[in-house]
Amino acid sequence: MYVIVVGGGKVGYYLTKALVSAGLEVTVIEKQRRRYELLQEEFGDAAFLGDGCEVRTLEQAGAPRADLLAAVTGDDEDNLVSCQMAKRKFKVKRVIARINNPKNEETFQMLGIDETVSSTKLIYSLIEQEVEVADVIPLTALRRGNLELVEVALPDTSPIVNRRVRDIALPQNCTLALLVRGNGAQVIDGDTTLRAGDLIVAITPSGHVQEFRTAMLGKAIATPP
Amino acid sequence: MHAVILGCGRVGATLALMLQVDSHSISVIDRDREAFRRLGQRFRGKTILGIGIDEDVLKRAGIERAQAFAACTSGDNSNIMSAQIAKVKYKVPRVIARIYDPLRAEAYKELGIDTISPTLLGAGLCLDFFLERPWRTVAEYQALPEILAHS
Repeated sequence: MYVIVVGGGKVGYYLTKALVSAGLEVTVIEKQRRRYELLQEEFGDAAFLGDGCEVRTLEQAGAPRADLLAAVTGDDEDNLVSCQMAKRKFKVKRVIARINNPKNEETFQMLGIDETVSSTKLIYSLIEQEVEVADVIPLTALRRGNLELVEVALPDTSPIVNRRVRDIALPQNCTLALLVRGNGAQVIDGDTTLRAGDLIVAITPSGHVQEFRTAMLGKAIATPP
Repeated sequence: MHAVILGCGRVGATLALMLQVDSHSISVIDRDREAFRRLGQRFRGKTILGIGIDEDVLKRAGIERAQAFAACTSGDNSNIMSAQIAKVKYKVPRVIARIYDPLRAEAYKELGIDTISPTLLGAGLCLDFFLERPWRTVAEYQALPEILAHS
């Protein structure tokens, strides 16, 4: 597998390092000469001097035969252009973009870049887990963001406490998957009776998170920005 | 019509003033407040301080009701990204991105974004002047020369 990393800053450096030690063929593209020299010192020919948004640089770095491109510079617009060039011009099968503004996740999707990683969002969701005890916590997006894997801890006030799963009206296409109770976990079926304090891992269509929240908690909390 | 101009450099500011002459409504966005001085005292449109790839900023500039959007910051990629947001998300009918890099301009033209490369235009005009040739059409100046495509 051949991977191109665009951007040799801290993220790009450690990503390249990890990929190299995993035994993958990697090229890291960096446009600043001083930064590039540091990368070359460590990665040798795997470091490439150039602008990873330019057609020619990508071509010389082997984009036509790359299996994956990860654009991890500090600028969202640069990462978008790198990914679009890779995907549309060089038909790279999989592209991943780092984004800083969490709102760009939706924008990137609309512009054809489905896989984004936002450290802002990750940290936010960790803090959110800390403060919003009785809330639906997004764990990860599935099916290119159409489905969400979420977790919810049931408070005493939940309308579904002490009820069997088969008797609960769930929004369309929502599935209660896993029950974490105490130190154990079990698969949820129709006969499972839920209790206060249970932690449920569920799958819900992204558009139905609010309805799911209402079904689980009996209240709708506005999603924070 | 309402026009949103991203980037208040020489091109952005001049375009804004030209539109004002035709009495259109205009918002100009720039991340540097000083840049708005280029508009002079007689500019009556709106100025918005902010980054053009941030949708909140575009909305403040009235992108939702805009009929035209021009991206002319000094950053090719910011222009590309904001032009795509304007076109794809806000369905602005006339969107143009100024892109210095001729190859990038060409690539995005293929992807359906209207681009103008001042690099090709400027170099082409100088060339025709040197050789005492008649001026060509804008589209002809924008066509990527073979020597750039395969070097």
